[in-house]
Amino acid sequence: MALAHMDVAGSELLRVEKVDVSIDGREILNDVNFRIDHGEFTGLIGANGSGKTTLFRVILGLQTPQRGEVTVHGEPLQRSNRSLGYVPQKVLFDPDMPIRARDLVALGIDGNRYGLTRRTRANHLAVDEMLFAVDAQEFADRKVGGLSGGEQQRVLIAHALVSRPELLLLDEPLANLDPGSVAEIIALLHKVATQQHVAIFLSAHEMNPLLPVMDRVVYVANGRVASGTTDEVVRPDVLSALYGHHVDVLRVHGRVLVVAGQDSDESSSVADHPELVVE
Amino acid sequence: MFSSFMTNAWISGTIVAVLAGAVGFFVVLRGASFPAHAIPNGAFAGAAGANLVGLNPLVGLVSFAVAAALGIGATSRRTRNDVATALSLVLMLALGAAFLTLSTEYEPAINALLFGEILGVSRSEIVPVVVLGVVCVVALVALFRPLVFTSVAPELAEARGVNATLIETVFLVVLALSTALTVPVVGALLTFSLMIGPPAAARLLSSRPSRAIALSIALALVTVWLSIAASYTFNLPIGFFVGTLGAVLFLGARLWGALRARSLRRAVL
Repeated sequence: MALAHMDVAGSELLRVEKVDVSIDGREILNDVNFRIDHGEFTGLIGANGSGKTTLFRVILGLQTPQRGEVTVHGEPLQRSNRSLGYVPQKVLFDPDMPIRARDLVALGIDGNRYGLTRRTRANHLAVDEMLFAVDAQEFADRKVGGLSGGEQQRVLIAHALVSRPELLLLDEPLANLDPGSVAEIIALLHKVATQQHVAIFLSAHEMNPLLPVMDRVVYVANGRVASGTTDEVVRPDVLSALYGHHVDVLRVHGRVLVVAGQDSDESSSVADHPELVVE
Repeated sequence: MFSSFMTNAWISGTIVAVLAGAVGFFVVLRGASFPAHAIPNGAFAGAAGANLVGLNPLVGLVSFAVAAALGIGATSRRTRNDVATALSLVLMLALGAAFLTLSTEYEPAINALLFGEILGVSRSEIVPVVVLGVVCVVALVALFRPLVFTSVAPELAEARGVNATLIETVFLVVLALSTALTVPVVGALLTFSLMIGPPAAARLLSSRPSRAIALSIALALVTVWLSIAASYTFNLPIGFFVGTLGAVLFLGARLWGALRARSLRRAVL
C-alpha cells in the first residue's frame, strides 16, 4: 500500500544500480547508478538522444539492461508495478476516437485487468478526484483526441496518478509547451506531488524551469550519469568529468547555463540552451 | 421473406452482424482496417481450397483466416505492419487463384463466396456459426479492458504491464474467426465493409467506448437486416447492399457531426 510509505520522506524508493544498456550494438547507458527517495522531486536532465527515454523504459521494465538492476523498496523490479506511474513524451490520440478524458483516467485504475469495465462508485470518485487534482474537470467529458496538448498532458498525469503510485515518471512533459504552460505544469506537478505524497522523476533537456522545485538532479551525458543536489552536480568539475571535456557552468540571475566546448558532440552544445543565444 | 427457409438466413445474419459490429469497433479503434480487408481474402482462398479437396468450406475458411491472422501478427513484429499484411494478402489471393482454376466448382458458388449468399444457409451450417460466434463474444468480453487500453494508448498499456503482443494476437484470431463466419453471408470482398462502416459511423456519433460499441452493433444489425430484405426483394447479392449501406451510414454520421458542430458554434455565438 502506498499509504504505508507516506511519511517516510528521505527513505529509499527506487535504486538504479550499475545499469548498462546497449541497443543493436550501440551503447546507450553505461554504469548508471542513482537512487530516488520518497516524496522527492528529481529532474533527469540531458540533451535529446542522451538516453533519458531508455532509462525510463528500464525503470518500467520494458527494456532489459545487459547488466545491473533496478530495485523498488529493495525488491527487484516487476512488470505492471503499481508503485510506478508513467506519462510518455507524446501520445497520439485520434480526434474521432470515442474516449472521453474521464475514460482514459479510468483505464489507469483497472485497464490492465481482464473483463468488462466496472462502474463502481469508488472508481468514479477516484477518477473525479484526480481530474480535480490536475484541474481538468472542465474538459473531463470531452473526447481526449480533441483536447489541446496542455489539456492532454493534464489528463495523462491524472491517468498515471489514479492508481496511487509512489513514483511518477514523466518523459519530457515540458517539451512542445509554451513558457506559460511550462510554469503551469511544473506548479501543478509540485502541488500534486505534495498532496498525493508521490515522488516525481521528470526528464527535460532544460533544467532552469525546474530549479525552484527540484530536490535532486540526475544529469545524463555520454550514457553516464551524475546525481545529487543541483549544487553537487551542476559544477564544472563534475560535468567536465561526465562530458569527457571541459564544461563551464555559469550562474546568471538565478539561472544555470551549461556551456560545453566547441569540440563536444553536437548533442551537448550550446544549441540545447537557447537562452544563451537569445540573451 | 419470413418463410421457414429464410429462418436460417435471419439467424446467421443476426449473429454475423453482432460479431462484425463488436469486432469492427476494435478494428476501427486500432486502425486495423487493412488486416480486416486482407483476412477475408485469405478466408476466401481457404474456402476455395476446401471445395477442391471436398471438405466443408467452413473448415477452409477458419483455417486460412486464422493462418492469415497469425501470419500478419508474427511478421508485423519484425517488419512494418502494412507490409506484413500486404504480403499475407497477396499470398492468399495467389493460392485462391490456383485453387479456383483447379476446382471444377461452377460459377455461382464462387460468386456466392465473393459477394455473399445468405438465402442458401442450411440448418447444419447454423450450428458451427452459433458455436464460433459465442466463442468470439466470450473472448471479446474477457479482453474488453486491455483491448480498449492497448487500442487507445499502447505505450500507457504496456507501462501498466499489459502484454500488448498477446492481446494483439488473440484479437487477430477473434477477427479471423468472425471473418470466417461473415464471409459466407456477406462475401469475401465486402465482409470488410460490414466491419468498417457501422463502427466508423458509431465512433463519430458517440464519445464513450461502451456506447460506441453498442451503437456499432445496432447499426450493423440494421445494415444486415435491411440487406437481407433488399437482397430477397430485388434478387441482388447481399454484399451489394451491405457495402452501399455501410458507406451511406458513414457519410450520414459525418454529415450529422458537421451539422451538430455548426449548430454548437451558432449556440456559442
